[in-house]
Amino acid sequence: MAEINIRNVRKSYGRTQILHGVDLDFKSGEFVVILGPSGCGKSTLLRMIAGLEEISAGEISIDGTVVNDLEPRDRGCSMVFQNYALYPHMNVAANIGYALKVAGVPRAERDRRITETARIVGLEEMLDRKPAQLSGGQRQRVAMGRAIIREPKVFLFDEPLSNLDAKLRVQMRVEIRRLHKRLSATSVFVTHDQVEAMTLADKLIVMNKGHVEQVGTPLEIYHRPRTRFVGTFIGSPAMNFFDSTIAPGGNFVLLDGIQMAIDPALGRDNAGSTVSVGIRPEHCRLVKAGTANSVPATVDFVEELGSGRNVHVDIDGTIFAVGGDEAPFFETGATVGLQLPSEHIHLFSRDTGLRLDDAPALKHNTNQSTVAA
Amino acid sequence: MNKRTVFKSWWLPIAFALPQLLLIFFFFYWPATSVLTWAFSLEPAFGGVGERLFVGWDNFREVFADTEYWRSVSLSLFFAFSATALSMFIAFVLAICVDRQLKGSGLFRFFYIWPYAIAAPAVGLAFRFIFAPESGLIAVVNTWSPDLWNPAKFGSHAMILVIVCFAWKWIGYNFIFMTAGLQSIPRSLIEASAMDGSGPVRRALDLQIPLLAPTLFFLLVLNLTESFVGPDTYGIVDLTTEGGPNKSTDVMVYRIVSEAFRGLNYSGAAAQSLVLIALIMLFTFIQFRYVERRVHYK
Repeated sequence: MAEINIRNVRKSYGRTQILHGVDLDFKSGEFVVILGPSGCGKSTLLRMIAGLEEISAGEISIDGTVVNDLEPRDRGCSMVFQNYALYPHMNVAANIGYALKVAGVPRAERDRRITETARIVGLEEMLDRKPAQLSGGQRQRVAMGRAIIREPKVFLFDEPLSNLDAKLRVQMRVEIRRLHKRLSATSVFVTHDQVEAMTLADKLIVMNKGHVEQVGTPLEIYHRPRTRFVGTFIGSPAMNFFDSTIAPGGNFVLLDGIQMAIDPALGRDNAGSTVSVGIRPEHCRLVKAGTANSVPATVDFVEELGSGRNVHVDIDGTIFAVGGDEAPFFETGATVGLQLPSEHIHLFSRDTGLRLDDAPALKHNTNQSTVAA
Repeated sequence: MNKRTVFKSWWLPIAFALPQLLLIFFFFYWPATSVLTWAFSLEPAFGGVGERLFVGWDNFREVFADTEYWRSVSLSLFFAFSATALSMFIAFVLAICVDRQLKGSGLFRFFYIWPYAIAAPAVGLAFRFIFAPESGLIAVVNTWSPDLWNPAKFGSHAMILVIVCFAWKWIGYNFIFMTAGLQSIPRSLIEASAMDGSGPVRRALDLQIPLLAPTLFFLLVLNLTESFVGPDTYGIVDLTTEGGPNKSTDVMVYRIVSEAFRGLNYSGAAAQSLVLIALIMLFTFIQFRYVERRVHYK
């Protein structure tokens, strides 16, 4: 159990900046997920917490101790790697028990804890096998066992599920969450998969191009994305966007010449400005062509999901995805009406990408010019 | 589908193969058969085309009865194992340092291979000057205490000299293979062991040596063979100690050459050559039979 404080942490390789001043606080026992596209610096941040990457500037402290200059082994973290990083020449027991062996734990005690750990991760039968004789899921369990046997203060997960097939991934996701409940150590989990992020996180952090875009619970982030990027990145299919100008009265925007009502409290302060209007596919409604307050659209194509369907419609060259369990079926090429319920409309500044009704205190740094891929 | 081209002319392919065939004939088959006939016959006293006397195993009996020969065998073994151990150990330490990307490792990686490119006699000559007890760089130790270092006088010093010489030349070669091997170990394994709490030495013993085992085995066979029978050993011994003092560095390869071409005892030298070949075969067999079994191939 430990809290982690990250203060204005930067990382640069030569002149290329990877992280541009990150400030984060993780509470003790929290399950934190860092989500972002590849190259956003999320893995780098995790590796800096672990001590595998030098901290160019700023401070990371674990449990109140600044760990910048501590060796990885002195930080009390253990890590699960993306490719598991199992020692190929050691059997499962030796892999799991290696940290104890290095620490000089006596043989009997070590064996007891290896057996105990193997039971937790469900590998009692496999202790004599070499990693090459294990399946992907079993290797994953060995990696988890190796991490938990040390009883660390902090667990670090670097995209641990991305090498597994889809079914196993769901299963391991549940197991990781269950394990966290049982051990309740602070966990930091890095992923680019939004489903993993939404399902696992107590606290979700969305990163992009070396900046933290938003911190919050998964639901906060889903319902009130703070930037246009977060809106696009969370949710599948991605949020629909179109550019429009808020009417002088502040109560509607125009889509293809049709008025779309918006929250007047929000529109009043920004009347006349050009904005990026976003709405999630699951909040759009398809109705019969000609219905009031609907925009005429042509059905471009339909994706069947079994539990529902995604209908992609074309409005004058702009494609809108309409999804959810209750999207009605339309033939490709049919003309339909698209309705955008005002309570689900998100407005973002066209210049900064910031949410218009966000608390002004959360100022966003727009200087994102030098970023590594 | 198996495509075949048939050449009608019979002399053209032979013409192409001829240079290689001639090389093999003159530098392998001819010497090999000569050695075989010499080993089982007695060379005429004054050379030339006089009558050659078939003596069966007499040459071998004579060789085996000679205590100096057995001393030479044990010197060779001592030299081979020491030089191999020294060379591989230092090369491994250097390779680990370069693999950890310590400061300047890029430059050193470049320099470490150079000694291998130098011919052994040149290495011997250079070391003879550096380690000359009265005027070399090492001479300073003799001002602390006389005869602290004198390979011309003490057999042990002379042996150290040739071992250091050979190791120095072969470190670069071993280093290249070890560096390549270390770099093929996934970085995340090293990181995982760092998270598990192991320091650089522990990591080398627990992870890098076991994972490098196939490379190390290959280098072991090569170094042992090369130091036991290789031309480098002959060149170094010839230029530094000439087998002395008091035959204390008279390793087998050197003994054979000097016996044949200075002592003009072709028959005895030929018999010794055959024994040497037999020994190296036995050597390699033992290594593959017993050492390789402990090597972990991925």
